[in-house]
Amino acid sequence: MAKKVGIPRGLFFYRFFPLWKAFFEELGAEIAVSDRTTKKILDDGVRSCVNEACLPVKLYHGHVINLKDKADFLFIPRFMSISAGEYICPKFGGLPDMVRNTVKGLPEIIDVEINLVKSRRNAYKAAMEAGMRFCGSRKAVEKAFGLALESYRHYRNAVKKGVLPCDIRIERRGYCNDYTYDTSSCIFRSSGLNIAVIGHAYNLYDSYANMNLLGKLKKAGANIATIDAIDGRIMAEKACALPKRMFWDFGSRAAGGALHMLEEKQIDGVIYVMSFGCGVDSFVCDIVKRLVKRHGDIPFIVLTIDEHSGEAGIDTRLEAFIDIIGRARKAD
Amino acid sequence: MKVTFPHMGNLYISVKALLDDLGIDYVIPPFNNKRALELGNRHAPEMACLPLKINIGNYLQALESGADTVLMAGGHGPCRFGYYCEIERGILEDAGRAMDFITLEVPDEGIGELIRRVRKLTTGANLFKIVRAAAAAAKIVFMVDELEKLSFHTRPREVDRGCTDRIYRRFLSKVLSVKGSRDIKKLIEKTRGELVNIKIDKNFMPLKVGIVGEIYTTIDQYASFEIQSKLGNMGVEIDRKVTIGQWLMEHILKNLLPIPKDLRYAEAAKPYLKTMIGGHAMETVGNAVLYGRRDYDGVIQIYPLSCMPEIVAQSLLPSVERDCGIPVLTLIVDEMTGEAGYMTRLEAFVDLLLRRRGKRAIGALSWD
Repeated sequence: MAKKVGIPRGLFFYRFFPLWKAFFEELGAEIAVSDRTTKKILDDGVRSCVNEACLPVKLYHGHVINLKDKADFLFIPRFMSISAGEYICPKFGGLPDMVRNTVKGLPEIIDVEINLVKSRRNAYKAAMEAGMRFCGSRKAVEKAFGLALESYRHYRNAVKKGVLPCDIRIERRGYCNDYTYDTSSCIFRSSGLNIAVIGHAYNLYDSYANMNLLGKLKKAGANIATIDAIDGRIMAEKACALPKRMFWDFGSRAAGGALHMLEEKQIDGVIYVMSFGCGVDSFVCDIVKRLVKRHGDIPFIVLTIDEHSGEAGIDTRLEAFIDIIGRARKAD
Repeated sequence: MKVTFPHMGNLYISVKALLDDLGIDYVIPPFNNKRALELGNRHAPEMACLPLKINIGNYLQALESGADTVLMAGGHGPCRFGYYCEIERGILEDAGRAMDFITLEVPDEGIGELIRRVRKLTTGANLFKIVRAAAAAAKIVFMVDELEKLSFHTRPREVDRGCTDRIYRRFLSKVLSVKGSRDIKKLIEKTRGELVNIKIDKNFMPLKVGIVGEIYTTIDQYASFEIQSKLGNMGVEIDRKVTIGQWLMEHILKNLLPIPKDLRYAEAAKPYLKTMIGGHAMETVGNAVLYGRRDYDGVIQIYPLSCMPEIVAQSLLPSVERDCGIPVLTLIVDEMTGEAGYMTRLEAFVDLLLRRRGKRAIGALSWD
């Protein structure tokens, strides 16, 4: 019987799932993903995780609990860095340790370290270490890694065309190169308001966590632009404009992406989604706010989400924001 | 150019010695205080961590006394501290109080840029003078750490209550009026003598508590509500491995010189935290384990709200608590922390530790 690898639907699931899925499936493993976030998952996470952690980390714990009895392995890589010279939040680096020490009765955890600050080949090394658990030949793992990268590139291309990652049916069985998507969600149609939504992927695309923010925007007729739709090289280049190089992957992408969108001058408003207590966001939000202010003072709003956020409050602010930018546009 | 720098515990003593020796004009901001924190709150991002808010307060208060340049350390992540200088520059600019920043770090442009920055600071001074002043300042860092350590020892044991605090506090304010590393060293020696001569109860067996956590909030006594003096006066002897001297030794000097690093804490943290994740998470977990293995009665972790590495450490500490059989109290500080609630928790923890010690009769805090 095929070994079952459990992948919790949280944190970097929203960025790298197509890569992981193709990789493990190519090696003959079966993939189990936790259910979409529900009240129960959130409650389980909040109960088990330390109080001070941010919402996404708590949700991740909830997803681990949801998944732990359904898989032979849990894939919780130790992410230190996913781009050269840049780190991510330290909580990602300690994630396997956090989970291990808070959740009981876990299957074996695949906690390979991915640290591109150490060396560029580190991702390959991590893939090798994880892959060797499923098949004995280095060649096969290498091939699977190649295919996984290929699958990821296709996925990125779809996202770069303006498809929201949450609209791509990535869970379909078998790795595929034709990610099906709903073209109606592509950004920047000629009509409607163009709204840039900036935030961590795991805050934007978990519609339970953000109370269906993107769905609500779409319903209000807005075109959504995210930094995920921008080419990484463009963002890296734009981020050089910062007086001191950003040492967080998200920081340089958010600042670079925001600058890029601002310079294209198609944006009517910026929504920054931050989770309460996020250390990275507390600084990046400040930087992005300053960039927006410097570039023509476009309406800017910060939506903070946590396990207590009330939907009515978010709705009111969102409606007011859309009203304001609609009026600003008419005035032009 | 009139330089200022943020407060962090006793760091001002060594920086003062350094700037004195180099003949640089400077302003030391008033000691961390309520108004500084309020100023910081007004201007800093809401979710920023406490040290940044106090820093901003320091700068704005120093600005009132004519400072125009900030001397600050930097870094390259993943801890937020590395980006403090940029965020702070932006905040001051937005507040209409722009100041110049000299950030001491090895920037992307390479070591040359660092030298250029130091040159800018030390106009005219020759290399020999700079090195000599830096060495003297480093020496003072270690001396002040020693002095502080001595106060940890005498405070719970002193016969005349409040004696250690009196001497130590007098030193902290008196040092402001002393100029140059030579005289500062003399004052430290003199204070040391006074502390050594305090009459202590040699038979007293104080509770022993290890302090771990984020560096700023454990070192800076304003941020931690004077925890050192509070615990000491409750009859608790404390220990803290993370000090400015330790940081200087492990992260700067031992990187430059071929001396092996003291990695006992990393070894001890291994079963709980496998890699270095930035900040002081590894030190927190490792030192808690080391205290557990020794004859310590408890461990207190302190960190500012939303500190990323310490949240990871906090979630690992219950396992340390269980495995090593040592109680751990986590105290989280931010601008909303009330002193009364904080004190209650501290007292309850000390009570618990005393009771845990069981029937062994010990002196302080007992009422017979």
